[in-house]
Amino acid sequence: MTETLHPLLEIRGLRKQFGTVEVLKGVDLALNKREVVSIIGSSGSGKTTLLRCVNLLEEFQGGDIVLDGETIGYRISKGRRYRIRDRDLSRQRSMTGMVFQSFNLFPHLTAAGNVMLGLRKVRRLGRDEARAIAEAWLGRVGLAQRGDHYPSQLSGGQQQRVAIARALAMDPKLVLLDEVTSALDPELVQEVLNTVKSIADDGATLLIVTHEMRFARDVSNRVVFMEQGQIVEDGPPAEIFGNPRSQRLAEFLRNTRT
Amino acid sequence: MQVFLDQVWTARWPLWDGFLLTIEIAAAAIACGTVLGCIVGIQLVFAPTLVRFPFRVYVDVMRGTPLLVLILAAFYIPSVAGLNLSATQAGILALTLFAGAHIGELLRGSLQAIPPGQAEAARSIGLTFPQMLAYVLLPQALRSALPPWINTGVELIKGSSLLSMIGVGELLLKTQEVIGRTFMTIEFYVFAGCLYLITNILLDQVGKTVERYAGGRS
Repeated sequence: MTETLHPLLEIRGLRKQFGTVEVLKGVDLALNKREVVSIIGSSGSGKTTLLRCVNLLEEFQGGDIVLDGETIGYRISKGRRYRIRDRDLSRQRSMTGMVFQSFNLFPHLTAAGNVMLGLRKVRRLGRDEARAIAEAWLGRVGLAQRGDHYPSQLSGGQQQRVAIARALAMDPKLVLLDEVTSALDPELVQEVLNTVKSIADDGATLLIVTHEMRFARDVSNRVVFMEQGQIVEDGPPAEIFGNPRSQRLAEFLRNTRT
Repeated sequence: MQVFLDQVWTARWPLWDGFLLTIEIAAAAIACGTVLGCIVGIQLVFAPTLVRFPFRVYVDVMRGTPLLVLILAAFYIPSVAGLNLSATQAGILALTLFAGAHIGELLRGSLQAIPPGQAEAARSIGLTFPQMLAYVLLPQALRSALPPWINTGVELIKGSSLLSMIGVGELLLKTQEVIGRTFMTIEFYVFAGCLYLITNILLDQVGKTVERYAGGRS
């Protein structure tokens, strides 16, 4: 584990409730630049909620998220926390890229249009420049010839690769991947995992929620095991998968082994 | 038959004027009603409860009141309040309020039918709320709202005939004037009915064409 003084992402004491149900019970997690961290754990353990908090898609009731030195989502005034303005939330959201389980491509836009929207409206690039970047990223995920296709004309794996291009084209400091292969047919999983692997190899900083244990082991520098809203174990993949310290992780691994 | 056609020819300009006014009133009402309906629809979905409430009341009142009652209200109430509207203006006001409520309600439905992942994806790339509406949600909602929107236009053309009750010289009133002169009651009512029918069928066809063109790829 490489700890430096200023991690790219630092989550401190994150608490989140849905009504009376506490889904995150004080989560601490730090990520360095270029680090790839996978979060594993059973359904309902809070992994996805954690990612959504980092992307500010969820409000949270306690703790801080610091991204590249900036506390995001909230400001403190006279001892009370306030959610910041919509415009500031949007700017902070654009620093992280999110890839969703169900792709969430915009169906009324082509593949290139999906990638270009944020470049044009958030980064305010000109049409030609945005198109060039979009085409470069579509080429990067192996879809150079598919820029003019609409999402409905693409396979699930291709759609997810467009979604990856859409997130990465914004040049985010951190990319969040939320079970990106869970909605795919088995034979389409590998093409998406290969794409993720190659952007990891290029030095992107990734925080991944996944059920693909072999993938987590291959691609990650660190693996985090969550259960019931808490981080139970955090370590290099060889240690997490080869030598689990807690009873619960050992059990989880036994149950997921096929 | 020849006698009737001669009478139609004699009355061609009043009838044409009435027909044009019908189209103009309906067009004005759908234009203003669409702007109003967009505001209403967005408020119904996104506004906090307190702000949403008056819009909800507006929509329910408009949809629960007969159009003729609305027209009479728009004709008589503003003059009591010291606002002088011509009969045509009052008619357009009534139809606009009617259309705004219907379009607002159908836009609400279309917006709520969009999967929440669309808004999340839009926010996650950093779009602000207005940008998300303009580039992601409204294009999808308007597309699926198009067929019922055309239908509202058809309702407005039919509903504009009620304006004859407050003395607006649209197609129905002009027809009645011609009947008063010629006493060819059935012939001219059927004639006017056919004009309404043809107009609405044409409008429907335009809607179907636009729908095919706009919806072909989604």
